[in-house]
Order: sequence, then C-alpha cells, then structure tokens
Amino acid sequence: MSREAYQVPTAVPTPGRDSFQTNLSGDGPAINYLCGDCNAKVPLKRGDPIRCKECGHRVLYKERTKRMVQFEAR
Amino acid sequence: MAPYQAPSQPSQEQLERRRLVGVNAETVTDVSSVDFPGHYPGEDHSWDAAKFRDNFQVKFYQNDPLESSFSLIGLDASVANAFRRILLSEIWTLAIEYVFVYNNTSIIQDEVLAQRLGLIPFKGNKKGLRDFLRPYHKPEEGSGEKIEGYDYNTIILALKIECTRNDQAARGETNPHKAYHNAHVYAKDIVFKPYGEQTKYFSGEGAIQPTNPDILIAKMRPGQCIDVEMHAVMGIGSDHAKFSPVATASYRLLPSIQILKPIIGKDAKKFAACFPQGVIDLEPVTKKDASKKGSGFEGHEGEMKAVVKDAMKDTVSRECLRHKEFEGKVKLGRVRDHFIFSIESLGQFDSEELFIESIQVLRKKCLALKENLSNMVR
Repeated sequence: MSREAYQVPTAVPTPGRDSFQTNLSGDGPAINYLCGDCNAKVPLKRGDPIRCKECGHRVLYKERTKRMVQFEAR
Repeated sequence: MAPYQAPSQPSQEQLERRRLVGVNAETVTDVSSVDFPGHYPGEDHSWDAAKFRDNFQVKFYQNDPLESSFSLIGLDASVANAFRRILLSEIWTLAIEYVFVYNNTSIIQDEVLAQRLGLIPFKGNKKGLRDFLRPYHKPEEGSGEKIEGYDYNTIILALKIECTRNDQAARGETNPHKAYHNAHVYAKDIVFKPYGEQTKYFSGEGAIQPTNPDILIAKMRPGQCIDVEMHAVMGIGSDHAKFSPVATASYRLLPSIQILKPIIGKDAKKFAACFPQGVIDLEPVTKKDASKKGSGFEGHEGEMKAVVKDAMKDTVSRECLRHKEFEGKVKLGRVRDHFIFSIESLGQFDSEELFIESIQVLRKKCLALKENLSNMVR
C-alpha cells in the first residue's frame, strides 16, 4: 500500500472549534506546509495554530504529493 | 486486336523528351510515367532487372552526418516515395516513452513536461542502438499485461534538478542565470542510468545522451524542483513522430530549362534575373555561333547570350514564362525519373545510414510480400 493510506485516528477530538486549539496531544509527526504569502516551509503538528511562523500569514498550502505519477510522453 | 508490330526502338531524342514533365505557365503536363508495357505500341517496356541496373545511377552532392543530398536517377516515383515514407515513419528510433514524475513543482504541468521530454532526440553507440536494443512491445490497453522492461528494450534516464538562489550573485541581479542556480533546465541535465548489459555498449562516448544538449525543457525559480525518471524505448515514426529519425526527408525532381531560341543582350540579363542565382549564365556570342546560319546569332557576335549553367539550383518559379519577350524561347520542365533527395537526420544515426536502412526495410517488406504470395498460391 502507499505511504499515504488513510490512518484511523487513535484519539478522536470532539468536533468543534476548540478541537484545533486545545492541543490534545502535542506530539505526532510534523507535516510541512507552505506559507501562502512568503512561501516559507511551516512544520505543523496536530493542534498547532494554523499560522506561518515567519510572517504570520494564515493561509497555508499542502505540499505536492510524494506519490509517483506515471505519464506517457505523447 | 491490334495488328502485330515488330519491336521498334525509339530514338534517343524521343526518350529524352519522354522523361520530361512539362511545366507551363498555368498547367503541368505529362505527369505520370508511361514506361510500362503496352503504352507505346511495338515497344518493349517490360521491367527488366538488368536494364534497370544499367540505367540506375546514384550521385552524391553532400554527405554530412546531419544532412545528405543525393540524386537517384532512373527510378520510378513509387519507389522513391516509398523510401521517403519509410525514412519518416518506419525506422526504429530511440525516444522517451514513459515518464515517472516523483516531484515537479515547476510551473510546467506534468503531462506537458512529459510530452516535451518525449520529443528530445537522443544518440548513443550505434551498434548498441541497432543490434542490442530490440523493438519494444507495448502492452495493449486493458489487456492486463504489465510493462515489461529489460536491459535490451528499455533505457532508463533521470532528471533531478532543483533551483536555488545564488548567494554569490550581486544584489539586485536580474539575470536569472546569475541570480539562481538551475534557473533553466536543459536537455544536458538528463542523466543516463545504464544497467545490465547496457554498460557494454553505452559507455564513454557511446553513452545515451541528447543530440542537442541545449534544448530548453523548463524554467524554474528558487524552491522549485523537478524529479523524474524516464524510460526510453525503440519505436517507429508511424506510432508517434518522436520516433522519427529524420527532421525532414524529401525529394524533388530535377528541373530542366531548355532555351529553344537565342536570348541575347538586354533580354539575356532579364532572363537570368528570372531565375535564382547561378542557374543562368551569360556568355559572349562567339564567332562560330554568329557564322552559323539560322541559329539566330547572326550579327550578334560579342553580345551576351543566356545559357543554362545549373538547372538543379532552379526553384521552377516560372517567372520567365510571365514575360512576353521570352515567349516560345524557353521550355521549362522537370525530369520525371531524377529524384534529388535531401535527408536531414536528427543525429541518432547518420543521414546516409538512414537511407541505407530504408532500403533494408523496403527489402524486408518485399520478402514478406513474396512469402505471403507463395503461401497464397499453395
């Protein structure tokens, strides 16, 4: 299976606005995002505020998938 | 039935006239060849190998790896055209067929990038390309067959490049070549990754590499990267134009210009100007010409007359037919069985080799036809 298969979350936060802020568990892998303003790499863990650490911009983008894509050169 | 006629031989002059396609101001005459049995009563025009061998000629004008130009004389148009078509679409050529994109954050989309990569011409050890690499069998869509790559049918290439800022660059530098590293991705950045038996053929000088290293593939800015792996296979041009080994392969018929009546003096100058440079030459009318009665040169000794110097350079623009003063004095035409070939190779093979290969392909087709015919009869 691919690396990015869906993993069932172990600790389910209660849905709602607080679930992002309450920092249920500060660990877990940091995922890199790209700042929509300054294009800096922003590593975020679960529960971190969605905010660029360099410029404070609040729009972050996901990086391109690491999965290989096959094309025919036609 | 027509009464029997004893075999007759046309005169040399007649034969020469029959070879010409007439090019008039607004029409073209005698286009198709007529040297087949039964067209001229009493003449034997059956095809004969010995006769063909005696009449057939090849003349080379230019023979460079990337461009060759030569004449095939005494050939039927169907055969000449077969060679041209084979050159364009039926010679096995190496080109990128599959592109595996691991990462591409440049602004050029994956599928566009893949298509661009496919069109890059490659070269390598010719013996390896011709004898070691075998035609690639493409799995049919939906058949469930897997892509089968082995060292004898798949060449692996990689392109892994990232654009970064150049710290040494002056402040305010606007030239992207100086301000960044790898701002432009070129064909020379493609790396050949030999495996298996491939190292035997494709190493050192004979390594697989782009024929034109400076082909621009993409432009990038700092933070963007391209990471792709490519599989190149042997294919033919009828499948996709990227497998065509030639840039162009074409032929034209030898132009013929016949000056029927003398063109002298001012007219001669104007006549020469109707043609590309080097086609018509001006020569003084000699004493001998002038003394000949009925030649039209009488009393013009010392004046300039127009003579055909090199009809091959003519483009057959028919400009001279537009002017009244040349009416009836000149006859334009093309020689029907004189094919001036021009083959421009892309560099994977030499242009002259490609022509020889096209002969081999045609010969193979003939043998296959012969076998099928004999099977049909059985």
